[in-house]
Amino acid sequence: MLKKRIIPCLDVKDGRVVKGINFVNLKDAGDPVEQAKIYDKGGADEICFLDITASSENRKILLDKVSETAKSCFVPLTVGGGISSIEDIKSLLLAGADKVSINTAAVKNHNFIKESAIRFGSQCIVIAIDAKKIGNNKWEIFTHGGRNSTGIDAIEYAKIAEKNGAGEILLTSMDKDGTKTGYDIELTKAISSLVSIPVIASGGVGNLDHLYEGFNIGLASAVLAASIFHYGEYSIMDAKNYLIKKGIPIRI
Amino acid sequence: MYVSIVDYGTGNLNSVSKALEVAATKVNKKINIRISNKPKDILDSDKIILPGQGSYRQCALGLKNISGLWDSINEFVLIKKKPIFGICVGMQLFSDQGFEEEVTKGFGWIKGAVKKIKLNNKDLKLPHMGWNEVSVVKKNDLFLDIKNLSHFYFVHSYAFEAENINDVICKTDYEEPVVVALLKENIFGTQFHPEKSQENGIKLLSNFLNWNL
Repeated sequence: MLKKRIIPCLDVKDGRVVKGINFVNLKDAGDPVEQAKIYDKGGADEICFLDITASSENRKILLDKVSETAKSCFVPLTVGGGISSIEDIKSLLLAGADKVSINTAAVKNHNFIKESAIRFGSQCIVIAIDAKKIGNNKWEIFTHGGRNSTGIDAIEYAKIAEKNGAGEILLTSMDKDGTKTGYDIELTKAISSLVSIPVIASGGVGNLDHLYEGFNIGLASAVLAASIFHYGEYSIMDAKNYLIKKGIPIRI
Repeated sequence: MYVSIVDYGTGNLNSVSKALEVAATKVNKKINIRISNKPKDILDSDKIILPGQGSYRQCALGLKNISGLWDSINEFVLIKKKPIFGICVGMQLFSDQGFEEEVTKGFGWIKGAVKKIKLNNKDLKLPHMGWNEVSVVKKNDLFLDIKNLSHFYFVHSYAFEAENINDVICKTDYEEPVVVALLKENIFGTQFHPEKSQENGIKLLSNFLNWNL
């Protein structure tokens, strides 16, 4: 049976892991390479590395950090942040990323999803959606690390991303991110039940029950969390044991 | 022993080479790993690894676009009869043909075709992505000391439909049983990614390095 995945996320700024509240007020949670090693040994099913300011500062991802991080990982590594060209994807894959997470560039140009999926395969194209609730069952997507509104409906966009060849959707609630009050379950469920590609729930995890809700109510294929793991509140194995007790299929 | 990873512009070769480096430390042989697209290097090798990411068609075209590469792999496998390990689309290319994008010819070493996975259960997603249990259906040397139903990492939407059941050594359940490892004489391949499957994957790679025909 295919197992549900737990993905610790390294939000990286200037080569260091940080985690903020609602994408601002970043705190330092250490070296990404060290963190990745801990997660790899600790039972993470995948690791996500997001250079959270790359796009807003028009700065390219620190390829050497990615390559160093990749050396410590024998689980799939997804890298995102500031990806805007086929060349960017190529150099990240060469640096050791297994998948790339594309946000701003894909929103600007939906064809970019198609081009990259054809060139590298859907399996390595993750489309990141940062969504904010604007009404009843209505969410709008934001770009540039949550700084710019777009007027684009998140649900419509998820459909477009799937149609254009995205292999997976990384879905972050802007309202919930950093609040520790749980995922936006309605958003997660709305998109998970709409698309036939896997959806990763992200933004808002404060305890292990939130992960359970992401799977059980949100119907996510994977759950992503940052701060609960970074600050040692819970280990990956704590999360796995909890979810197994609750009846979620998890790899041990 | 020279082990070449075939480089034809697809996917993440570094993952494969660094996993192979770790696997090499676990065998009692001197292993020289090289990443190459040169026919001469392929033919000089003792073993080769054929990775593959993306679509069947793009991978087949990628190999054919490099002068002499396709033929050298054929010669290595069919005439020299030396061991090859195909990973993901690398394994799929062992088939007669693939149906991704448009019908594309493969190497045709193992009878069968690569077709999209059919699902009735709407809760199941495509790609089949993540960790799934691998069931060894035919005893073989490659899975030596790997527990049955160990987890390996998958990411694919198309699967190998083998004509000859004897070529199939592992299956995985995704609504229906899916063929996930093939073995025919010197030809071995897995649908999953050993390089992304932690200890089980490293063990499989070191078994490949130790493998004597």
